[in-house]
Amino acid sequence: MNKSELIEAIAQETNLSHKDASSIVMTILDTMTETLAAGENIEIRGFGSFVIKEYESYQGRNPKTGEVIDVPPKRLPFFKVGKELKERVDSLK
Amino acid sequence: MKRSNLTRKDLARIINEDLGFSQRSSSDLVDEVFSCLRDTLLEEEAIKLVQFGTFTVRQKLPRVGRNPRTGETMEIAKRSMVTFKASRKLRDKINT
Repeated sequence: MNKSELIEAIAQETNLSHKDASSIVMTILDTMTETLAAGENIEIRGFGSFVIKEYESYQGRNPKTGEVIDVPPKRLPFFKVGKELKERVDSLK
Repeated sequence: MKRSNLTRKDLARIINEDLGFSQRSSSDLVDEVFSCLRDTLLEEEAIKLVQFGTFTVRQKLPRVGRNPRTGETMEIAKRSMVTFKASRKLRDKINT
């Protein structure tokens, strides 16, 4: 499923116009992006949570050349699937 | 230490304020979007949201593991899990 299919599915489920469904999906995704960009977490009951992990700078190596490089501090987003969804997905088999 | 978390409630408030749907509808709409995402994953179908990231249902093969407390070896059953990979764009935004 991609974004247009999601928008289409929401429009059908809710009887809203494609335009309204699109604004809703875009508002949600933009808000989630901004939240994570601000270093804040997201917790959606029944779905999962997004957490930003912060990493200090460290010395790494270019695995190809073996050259030592300084890796600058960075922040990475992680998704943790909610307990209920996790169990339901796992019981699909 | 606890920073504020964004929740469904916050998303509903933003839909209400920015798009003008009633508070009640906004809350239902947010739930609708996430239940649609959830149902898609339950169909074992991946979700690719451009500029945000991709959710995938992955099969983890059974493997032999060890109970770290007792040292006992045991078979870890085949299982499925949801993984998320943030898009390049999202990762870049988080780091600027």
